[in-house]
Amino acid sequence: MSHKKELIILQLYPRDMNIYGDWGNTLVLKKRAEQHGYQVRLLEHNPGDKFPEQVDIVVGGGGQDSGQLAIQDDLASIGPDLIELAERGTSMLVICGLYQLFGKFFKTIDGTVIPGIGLLDIETVGGQERLIGNITTYSDEFGEIIGYENHSGLTTLGRGVKPLGVVRKGAGNNGQDDGEGVHWRNVIGTYLHGSLLPKNPKIADYLIAEAAAKRYGSFTPADIDDSLAEQARRVAINRPR
Amino acid sequence: MPKAITTIFGKAVRQVALLRGGGSALPGLFVEKIDSSFVPDTLSQLPRGVVLVSGTNGKTTTTKMVVELLKGQGLKVFTNRTGSNFVRGVAAALLGEVNLKGELDADIAVLELDEAHAVKFVEIIKPRYSLLLNVMRDQLDRFGEIDTTARMLRAIAENTTETVIVNREDPRLRAIGEGIAGKDVSYFGLSAELLKEFPSDDDMRSGRPASENSLPATVTLNSIDDDTAEFEINNKKYQTSLQLRGVYNIYNAAAAMATTLAIQKDELNTDKLMESLAQVRPAFGRGESLTVNGQPLELVLVKNPAGFRLSLSSFDPKGYATMIAVNDNYADGRDMSWLWDVDFDSLRENGASHITGVRAYDMALRLYYEEVTVASIEPSLGLALSDFIKQNQDLPKRIYCTYTAMLALRRELSKITDVEAIS
Repeated sequence: MSHKKELIILQLYPRDMNIYGDWGNTLVLKKRAEQHGYQVRLLEHNPGDKFPEQVDIVVGGGGQDSGQLAIQDDLASIGPDLIELAERGTSMLVICGLYQLFGKFFKTIDGTVIPGIGLLDIETVGGQERLIGNITTYSDEFGEIIGYENHSGLTTLGRGVKPLGVVRKGAGNNGQDDGEGVHWRNVIGTYLHGSLLPKNPKIADYLIAEAAAKRYGSFTPADIDDSLAEQARRVAINRPR
Repeated sequence: MPKAITTIFGKAVRQVALLRGGGSALPGLFVEKIDSSFVPDTLSQLPRGVVLVSGTNGKTTTTKMVVELLKGQGLKVFTNRTGSNFVRGVAAALLGEVNLKGELDADIAVLELDEAHAVKFVEIIKPRYSLLLNVMRDQLDRFGEIDTTARMLRAIAENTTETVIVNREDPRLRAIGEGIAGKDVSYFGLSAELLKEFPSDDDMRSGRPASENSLPATVTLNSIDDDTAEFEINNKKYQTSLQLRGVYNIYNAAAAMATTLAIQKDELNTDKLMESLAQVRPAFGRGESLTVNGQPLELVLVKNPAGFRLSLSSFDPKGYATMIAVNDNYADGRDMSWLWDVDFDSLRENGASHITGVRAYDMALRLYYEEVTVASIEPSLGLALSDFIKQNQDLPKRIYCTYTAMLALRRELSKITDVEAIS
């Protein structure tokens, strides 16, 4: 009997921070990790839960104002655990709301400063308008990254971190510079949902490969048929904003 | 401007618009421009006031139900049937009904308005009653966030002069009902057993919290069995057969009944209420059934994750051929991420026959990750529809479709079968 190697995926606050198809990212990571030959254990962390001992991939999503309020204190308390994991090279994907709160702070439009955990060297301020619509960015590592953005927070990156992609169509981090998201160590933060990973399987495989290599020393990808994702990308890239 | 003149001009524009075939809001826009008091003046004549129906899902069917239930009670009812549910849509509908003096021959108006338009509407016209159905993730790319939508519904409640009718099982609406002062609040709700079948947006991936049974509901939907349902009205049980299908539509019937109750109070004729309820048919595209080659074909409109999930749990896929049509035009919402907030596992056993629409591949990708098999993917709605019918000759069929996909499919279907015209 062969024992499959295990990967543990931790969903951060699926109850309060789970909007715009964030579940799709978890589902894609789980299924692709299985296709690559791993056995996946899905864990959830909700406010008040004990932070798990072993985690290979962390996924977090966006939320309403009410959701962000509900998790704020708990996030501050597990912040040091998350920073330690990130510094050790753990794969992480945070979208929208948690992307912002992984940064240094979020300053709302009325001047209230919501502290982030400072895992990422980014700062966010509330904007007057929501930046909404289909978005395409580009990175050398992942090629065209396709998704949908819907945020009013404007994020600026610190000197030490690089954006995930360069905006080709859409607004991105702040609508001013042409960066979108952030990529630091194995942590990816982005405003793209849609969900992000189904139509960007390269990013999913990157997170899995890094997690597997870190835990088991190596990763051999399986050959996965991504023709549906390819077709969906081709359509999405040509849709109006 | 004298009202008679506004009315005559408005009616003339309406005739021209009708002749040109469509543009139901155009005459309303015209009237709005030349006489902004036309709508409030006309509606304020109504002896029983205005009922406003708002919420994310089920407005059209519920408005239709409220109208029919009130008619069953002997009231003359004005409504904005055209589906152009904006202020100027109301003006356009009024133009069709008023006489040349601008008088409306009705006791009460029942108006369907989406949240953003309802907020503007209540600044001009205070409804006597408002029915708040639900707040779900719909058209978030238009309104921003679900909490914003809830704030809009709160503004509607605050501007209501007499009774606010509230869905007890929607946590955001319950908070509005509990927080409002100086007017009556009437709740409609579900039995604990049925509540389990109603996932809300908040607890999609976690356990459903218990119902707020501490809040008494005037109308409760107790149970559903094939084509009959049991309701509890002021603690008395009533069973009735229904033309409506799907637990979601039937819950909207409870909302319509609670509204009728709030309006009629002691004058309510319960026998007549149950009689009208048994006759109510769903609005177009909300579970309507057509006949194609001797087999039923059902069109189910899906607009948002909660609505899609409710539809999937309402209709048993067994024995049916299933097609899903997903467009991403403005009226559908451009953002496809909502498809990932729907559980499709109920389709796993039987699979889906055809996937179509502009975003057919997004939908197919979603089903791939849910391990639902798909026989055919064809983005062209026309080609997919004819092949769907051809490949499933002997089966009843069901098509889940987004708004613009539904309109296009109805046009195609009208070439091969009787399709009720959209008025």
